[in-house]
Amino acid sequence: MYQYNEIDQTLVDERVAQFRWQTEQFLRGELSEDRFRALRLRNGLYIQTHAPMLRVAIPYGLLSAKQVRMLAHIARTYDKNYCHFTTRQNVQFNWPKLEQVPDILADLATVQMHAIQTSGNCMRNTTSDHLAGVCVDEVEDPRPYCEIIRQWTILHPEFDYLPRKFKIAVSGAVNDRAATQFHDIGLHLVKNDAGAVGFRVLVGGGLGRTPIIGKVIRPYLEQQHLLSYLEAILRVYNLFGRRDNKYKARIKILLKETGIEKFTAMVEQEWQLIKDGRELATERVEEIKAHFAPFAYQPNAVGDKSFPQHLDHDKAFATWVKYNTAAHKVAGYKAVFLSLKAPDVPPGDITDAQLDAVADLAEHYSFGEVRTTHRQNLIFADVKQADLYTLWKQLDALNLATPNIGTVTDMICCPGLDFCSLANASSISVAKEINDALDDMDYLHDIGELKINMSGCMNGCAHQSVGHIGILGVDKKGAEWYQITLGGSSDNEAAIGERLGPAVAKDEVTKAITTILDVYVKQRLEEESFLEMVKRVGITPFKEQVYADN
Amino acid sequence: MQIIKDKHIVDDTWQYVSDDETIPAGDVTLSLARWQQEKHALIHHAGRLGVRLQSTDAVTELADDLTHFALIELDFADFADGRPFSQAWLLRERLGYGAELRAVGHYMPDQAFYLSRVGVNAFYPEKFEDLPVMLAKLNEFSVHYQRSVH
Repeated sequence: MYQYNEIDQTLVDERVAQFRWQTEQFLRGELSEDRFRALRLRNGLYIQTHAPMLRVAIPYGLLSAKQVRMLAHIARTYDKNYCHFTTRQNVQFNWPKLEQVPDILADLATVQMHAIQTSGNCMRNTTSDHLAGVCVDEVEDPRPYCEIIRQWTILHPEFDYLPRKFKIAVSGAVNDRAATQFHDIGLHLVKNDAGAVGFRVLVGGGLGRTPIIGKVIRPYLEQQHLLSYLEAILRVYNLFGRRDNKYKARIKILLKETGIEKFTAMVEQEWQLIKDGRELATERVEEIKAHFAPFAYQPNAVGDKSFPQHLDHDKAFATWVKYNTAAHKVAGYKAVFLSLKAPDVPPGDITDAQLDAVADLAEHYSFGEVRTTHRQNLIFADVKQADLYTLWKQLDALNLATPNIGTVTDMICCPGLDFCSLANASSISVAKEINDALDDMDYLHDIGELKINMSGCMNGCAHQSVGHIGILGVDKKGAEWYQITLGGSSDNEAAIGERLGPAVAKDEVTKAITTILDVYVKQRLEEESFLEMVKRVGITPFKEQVYADN
Repeated sequence: MQIIKDKHIVDDTWQYVSDDETIPAGDVTLSLARWQQEKHALIHHAGRLGVRLQSTDAVTELADDLTHFALIELDFADFADGRPFSQAWLLRERLGYGAELRAVGHYMPDQAFYLSRVGVNAFYPEKFEDLPVMLAKLNEFSVHYQRSVH
């Protein structure tokens, strides 16, 4: 993975010093609330319902064992012994003390981490495919480009005070696992007719209040023009994006109001004026790529005989392998998901002790690296098949081996009313109730792939509008109600979920979900996934049953 | 009143002239509207001219006028409005404007470093007592990733 050089380290250290000064100035009463707010948000610090919340960047979801231990240290020293992984592959601490945040950031800087631009109206952490570099359907590893974009976005002097937040995602695979169609800019690595790898550029996707699927504004961009093209898009957005209404300030609204043809022409015109002389140097790209070179995989890993034997003899192990591992491009290796969706744990949460153990296991079994996924789980991307059985037992002992990846209980869930000052409704307690009702693993596995995404408010942090089942908490005269949508997807065939009907009361949500699942089980065709069935039959059969008693 | 110019605290010699005032001799700043209306007379002004821009003004439309200005002010109505950063970049990089480019209005000393990197070389502080802090903040970072405007 990328290792900081002296410039990277100096920048992060100087940023800590800057924020320490800003915090002290605020605490002395010399900096107003709204100004400190803008500055602290750009360092990941929110003021929440109970306490400040600190969001730390995990660039494109990649962590070293050392960094994971640092997260454990922070959870233990400054927080309540746990932290929470987010849908932007970042990590959040829910209970830091404002005056200690500069110390936390200084600790993070010792292991090449920061919280820069994890919030605020600026360019955020760039996200990517959690299976980048190891998956079988890849055109090219997107991570070197993510790192190039990370550096370009950090403390960009022209684009740090944008109309609204700005998110970039990069995918290098045939199957989009990074939800790139729902980002302000989505980049797909693609090959042109000559076989040269470049980018397909999408703009204007987004979730939140107005979910919109991004549009292609350039089918193919030569690699070397990556940063000048991003600059052109950002300059057009910075100058012309709406600043009069925060709900209409994202680039998706500018694109919609301007029209794609005119918007594209504006970007292209700007780009023509800046592109020459700004190309990425090949040596620079190669230098970054070297940081992501493949590991020294064992050539004979696939020759191991123990793995097929364990699969035959241990049904629980076989089930875990089926759900919680993914194919690896090197024969004899697998990518292993660590489920942060155990039934009794808030989705995405992990304790300091688990983090320390994860760091040890990563060093032992997966070249010392851990990845975060946008569905709030962790991954060991490079595990030999011979090690899977032992690793499974150890993960199981840590409560990180629930075989539910991609199933109903692998829910994406925001912190909701319990922690977030924006939320209208709880999400963690509802998730727990749904989990309790679906404690039969065989039933869960029979249902198969089904993504439930649940957000506690319209801001949609848990991407409910692209959940196969989406649940959105709303406030109705002081009571918590929930809108249900069906048929959303952030994969290649992106879709925004359709509303099932009127919102349901909090104590009716679980019943509505189990009813929807029952309709699916009864009416599906052979081998038909939930999403496929919704596409085939629409929402009516589900609607009829859910609202049957009303 | 003092300002920062080219990383030094210096006296401000410019006079702000509002749209209904008679233009005195000497170095004056005028609104963009006044410049556009009285351009033909103003080029004979006895003294140097400066123009005050709002964040909504299209700077590229000034391309042919820039040689008349010894000062351009970029006015922050609100520190969160980031358009002046792009205006500065366009003036320096695209239009080759080489005279004084000054930030005025409601911006934070914490933004001065970014402003200096997109070509702003003069700073009129919100509060006079901010000047030393702002001067220090121009050197807050010794490294950066992106190209700066010089």
